Amino acid sequence: MSNIAIQADKLTKRFDDFTAVDAITFDVRQGEIFGFVGANGAGKTTAMRILCGLSIPTSGTATVAGFDVYKDAEKIKKNIGYMSQKFSLYEDLTVMENITFYAGIYGLSNQEIKDRGAELLTRLGIEHEAKTFVASLPLGWKQKLAFSVAVIHRPKIVFLDEPTGGVDPVTRRQFWDLIYEAADRGITVFVTTHYMDEAEYCNRVSVMVDGRIDAFDTPANLKKKFSVESMNEVFYQLARGAKRKAD
Amino acid sequence: MKNAVWKQLYAFIQKEFYHVFRDRKTLLMLFGIPIAQVLLFGFVLSNEIKNSKIVVCDYAKDYASQEIIRKIEASKYFNVQKATLTHDQIEASLRSGDIKMAVIFPADFYSDLSHLNKAQIQVIADASDPNTATTLSNYLTSIINDYQAEALAQTKKPYSIIPQVKMLYNPELLGAPNFVPGVMALVLMLICAMMTAVAIVKEKEMGTMEILLVSPLKPYLVIIAKTIPYLLISLLNLAAILLMSVFLLNLAIKGSVILLFAESTLFIISCLALGLLISVGSTSQMSAMMTSQMSLMLPTMMLTGFMFPIENMPFWMQGISYIVPSRYYYTIVKAVMLEGLGFTAIWRETLVLAGITLVLVVINVRSFKIRLA
Repeated sequence: MSNIAIQADKLTKRFDDFTAVDAITFDVRQGEIFGFVGANGAGKTTAMRILCGLSIPTSGTATVAGFDVYKDAEKIKKNIGYMSQKFSLYEDLTVMENITFYAGIYGLSNQEIKDRGAELLTRLGIEHEAKTFVASLPLGWKQKLAFSVAVIHRPKIVFLDEPTGGVDPVTRRQFWDLIYEAADRGITVFVTTHYMDEAEYCNRVSVMVDGRIDAFDTPANLKKKFSVESMNEVFYQLARGAKRKAD
Repeated sequence: MKNAVWKQLYAFIQKEFYHVFRDRKTLLMLFGIPIAQVLLFGFVLSNEIKNSKIVVCDYAKDYASQEIIRKIEASKYFNVQKATLTHDQIEASLRSGDIKMAVIFPADFYSDLSHLNKAQIQVIADASDPNTATTLSNYLTSIINDYQAEALAQTKKPYSIIPQVKMLYNPELLGAPNFVPGVMALVLMLICAMMTAVAIVKEKEMGTMEILLVSPLKPYLVIIAKTIPYLLISLLNLAAILLMSVFLLNLAIKGSVILLFAESTLFIISCLALGLLISVGSTSQMSAMMTSQMSLMLPTMMLTGFMFPIENMPFWMQGISYIVPSRYYYTIVKAVMLEGLGFTAIWRETLVLAGITLVLVVINVRSFKIRLA
């Protein structure tokens, strides 16, 4: 396989007369942290759903982990992890039960579940919380746990849909440490966000406006191109031209 | 590969049971409601009226009146108070609600009966509750008829007019036989359809559904894993209802228990399919619950015939009742449980129920695909 994890070419999704995703073209390299930035309603989530095999594109092509989104959605699902903005754990299950469940539906063996579960708890420093109900964990811990669970089956790519909503900057920074660790282990990270400080952490960033990708480069190059100091200002300059109302 | 599917299914079902057994509200609904329903319908809401307070004014005090009063007293329906009250006093007692009915034997009761072959008993009932009044006067009439029949047999009097009041279908006027099959339909509908709908919508609400769809779990596995726990719990509930009917309501199961469980499983599957269908259209647990109640519980109560006879309904409503699965299940349970009939007597209902179930399952499979597009 080449070192391209995700490739999209003129990928388009229309709902009736509304074009949610308008011929986007980009590629994500293996092991890269790829920021998918855009205002609410810009089409980020729709694009991400296509790449996860949840939605079939109207036109254009895309491959994820080398598999075609039209034909091989099932194979794609085996090779990706996913974490949504509503963090995705069961509150009425304990930490270990959540780990067992997710590892179980990805088909891990009992021994693997045991080993990786213990390793995960150690990495997060919550060995003593294995039997705690998720409902009673602080939000920051839940999000870190949700991320760790999303990569427990060691996927090639992990999709994070606004993973850090509602947490303080310190916890967000800690969360990003986990993302870097995952990237170091060779997992490609595809993350949507509207926190521009997070965009700075990414290797490369694409900015979506009205369903199109209006900018696509490393944060440093983007700032140079727009002659500004921060990603925040890059985003403002691009998003000002948006015609769609965020909803 | 086969192995992997079983493993996924096992992990999922285990999780579902955690959900069920950790939520007190769910547990209460699953096991409290069936028990409460059986007890309510079996004992409290029964149609029969027991121990009604009545007053008997015996001005005759002769052999015949004493004999009839003894019979009235022996009946479990009446709680007899003997007194010689004036009409004004009787009216006052009825008005205050102390008594439901007054029975008055005139002074010449026996001599009228033996010489004129005709005697009168005055019965005054509190008809502000017409159902109770009718039922009570029916009970009384049958006691008097009973006496007449006995007296007739002894004296061999050739002519006497005996009013015959027959209680068809349920001669003992027992409530339980009709309610138990109805309660079974109601409880299974409630547990299977509503709980399944709520359980699935909960995943949507919490955002965990997306995770399941992104995972390599096949959609049909999600459906199976979500429904199996409720199928098992429903069968358990069914057993509990049957045990309660046998030991608490003294209602014997006349037909085959295995047939009863087989038919119930078919009905449960149709309920599960209905629950899934509701979950497709609902976005919140609340709306799933409301939809279930409006579209499933009400028809089950109203249109199966266990509370109100279908034959008396307007034509269009009878038409609707034909697509309510509970209607067929109710008929089947009545036939197997109360009448002791075998499969040959209910194959038509079974076929219709199976047909409805099949249609529901097909609709589900299709709508699940649409959801994924």
